[in-house]
Amino acid sequence: MKFSLLVLASPYSQQGGLSALKFAQTCLKEGHEIYRVFFYNEGIQNGSFLQTPQQDELNLHTQWASLAEQYQLDLVICIAAALKRGLLNEDEAKRYDKPQHNLQAPFEISGLGQLLDAQINSDQLITFG
Amino acid sequence: MTNKILIIQRTAPYGSSLAREGLDYVLTSAAYDQEISLLFLGDGVFQLLKNQQSQDIHLKPQGSALEILPLYDINKIYVVTEDLQERNLSETDLTLSVNTLSRSDVSKFIKQQEKVVSF
Repeated sequence: MKFSLLVLASPYSQQGGLSALKFAQTCLKEGHEIYRVFFYNEGIQNGSFLQTPQQDELNLHTQWASLAEQYQLDLVICIAAALKRGLLNEDEAKRYDKPQHNLQAPFEISGLGQLLDAQINSDQLITFG
Repeated sequence: MTNKILIIQRTAPYGSSLAREGLDYVLTSAAYDQEISLLFLGDGVFQLLKNQQSQDIHLKPQGSALEILPLYDINKIYVVTEDLQERNLSETDLTLSVNTLSRSDVSKFIKQQEKVVSF
């Protein structure tokens, strides 16, 4: 089956962030396809490479990044949700004259049209709130 | 390709940003020429209230934002009757004209759609 994931939950305050990761890992292990993972609302915080949990806790950014590398996952962060919450890649940081960025590949920044495209082209869109 | 897409709004207009960001998705979908229906469920019905004065909390009124939906050709707007009644609201309290749906018909309604997402 072809899935897309909509992640609305933040990485550490809500269970949904971890559940989304676990669902994606299991899906791919079982041979299903993931068309896209779209991060929206507080879910965009999963993309920050500056997140620094304690060493005995799971780093969700690192987990997503390695899963993306293994399976060529399409990880898309909503640009409007990201910018207002202070999540910027290098290009956006330059554009808005900010001295720092906290987002990099494999996470990409794009618009809500990518969520619609994912919804249309997947058998199931699963929301993690 | 046009798909029958149902977007469900379940949260109150303020207190979390899901209502606002959900509406952004509604408008995006409409711009891509999809057949959109919108269902307000549970506390989501509060989004439709008239005379919201959210400027005092530095937020744009959700009710006024919803009023532009007909301009985007989004006219299939549904509200669950029991959710209005339980909150002591009636259709005259709402800023848009809506279709009502009884709670027992919601699952049948969802099954009629091709794509569903809720905020």
